[in-house]
Amino acid sequence: MNTKISPAATNRIEFRDVSFHINDILKRLIVSQVSLEIPHGETLVLLGRSGSGKTTLLKLINGMLLPTKGEILVQDRPTTSWDPIRLRRGIGYVIQEAGLFPHFTVAENVGLVPSLESWDAARIAGRVDEMLHLVGLDPREFAHRHPRELSGGQRQRVGVARALAADPPILLMDEPFGALDPVTRAELQREFSALVHRLGKTIVFVTHDLREALLLASRIVLLEAGHIVASAAPQEFLRLEHPEVRAFTSSLTVMPGASA
Amino acid sequence: MNPQTTWSFFMDHRDEILGATLDHLTLVIIAMIIAIFIGVPLGMFIVQRPALRTIALGAASIFQTIPSLALFGFLIPIPFIGGIGKRTAIVALVLYALLPILRNTYVGLTGIDPAVLEAAEAMGMTRAQILFRVRFPLALAVILAGIRTATIITIGVATIAAAIGAGGLGTFIFRGVALVSDSLILAGAIPSAVLALLADFLLGLLERRLKVS
Ligand SMILES: Nc1ncnc2c1ncn2[C@@H]1O[C@H](COP(=O)(O)OP(=O)(O)O)[C@@H](O)[C@H]1O
Ligand SMILES: [Mg+2]
Repeated sequence: MNTKISPAATNRIEFRDVSFHINDILKRLIVSQVSLEIPHGETLVLLGRSGSGKTTLLKLINGMLLPTKGEILVQDRPTTSWDPIRLRRGIGYVIQEAGLFPHFTVAENVGLVPSLESWDAARIAGRVDEMLHLVGLDPREFAHRHPRELSGGQRQRVGVARALAADPPILLMDEPFGALDPVTRAELQREFSALVHRLGKTIVFVTHDLREALLLASRIVLLEAGHIVASAAPQEFLRLEHPEVRAFTSSLTVMPGASA
Repeated sequence: MNPQTTWSFFMDHRDEILGATLDHLTLVIIAMIIAIFIGVPLGMFIVQRPALRTIALGAASIFQTIPSLALFGFLIPIPFIGGIGKRTAIVALVLYALLPILRNTYVGLTGIDPAVLEAAEAMGMTRAQILFRVRFPLALAVILAGIRTATIITIGVATIAAAIGAGGLGTFIFRGVALVSDSLILAGAIPSAVLALLADFLLGLLERRLKVS
């Protein structure tokens, strides 16, 4: 049986009536009755205030958390029946502040999953160069640097390159540009939205920034306190009347120069 | 105390002093190797096991609170490890060295940026890979700081080991106290201080080289 995430299979992700609570005395419900289908090739943006359960949903997809109720299917198999290591090797993951390995060079960071997958050295080196070019970093200048020798924006680029290195069919991104200054953030958002179309991957992108969601999403799903309260294509999303949607859209209409 | 007489005493007995210094160093090195081979793996082992962690760190702390002379005394009547001589001394030195090594290994392994560990897990690294390829290299400087502390403690405590016939620089100190001879005491104290300073300096150098910022 081939237990690996295969690029050929449809990279659907499906949440079936998923609830998740923390396993302590309070049994606080973090995610509540979420049903959601993410078709192959979609860029789904999970939007919500901080604490609404976005990161939890991502970790339920790659099996870092297992549901208390319901199931999550990745390539039509529940995460509980996946070997977690195999599942995660097929899912790229980018987080805020990048989480780069400080003792590895940029090249070693980017080449990590290929090396875990025992690619030969020449193939890894070629792939690392290719990935660094893809995210706009010159390998000759950056491959041998350590993360501490990079700016915040460069680190996030390396984080994206690392997530893409083994060509995973699914990509999870948890507020990847959230810690950057506005100018760098806008730059990376633009470049990434161009990249998304070329990659053809199933992407779940978490943000609390509606502008970012509108720029990148093929569909926006809005979370409020662990519930899905809205799900729509970007243009449609702006017209929804749900109060939590309004809370987000009203943040867009602040006039430049207006002072509180 | 007369520097002149002390100096000529040193020159007259330099072979004995050098021999005792080497004995001392041997005692310390053997004890440190054993302590590292117990402390580092045990520190790695208790990271995921809170119950064992409390016991291991607690026991290691208790050994440290026992005055060294008393600890040597307690060990003498114990079969196999006890008795008079080097073996008992090494056991006691290992018990003393254990806490800093164990504690720093644990602290180093657990004090790593959670985002880095989360990324490692999300990349599909196994537990063993995370331990050996991420946690351990990132903890190395902290572990080495523990080894440095333990070495300095052991060099000092090893002078007491002469009381149970283990030899080393303590021999001069104990004899010097008995004979009220400053020169004899210094013949034990000065080389032991030099050893401690040297160990501190060299291991400190290594530690800075291994530090990942
Ligand atoms: N391990 C945990 N222990 C306790 N509370 C947690 C844990 N993980 C998440 N939470 C709580 O669950 C809620 C949702 O968290 P999260 O999914 O990280 O939200 P988001 O990513 O949208 O900010 C928050 O209220 C958070 O405090
Ligand atoms: Mg989050």
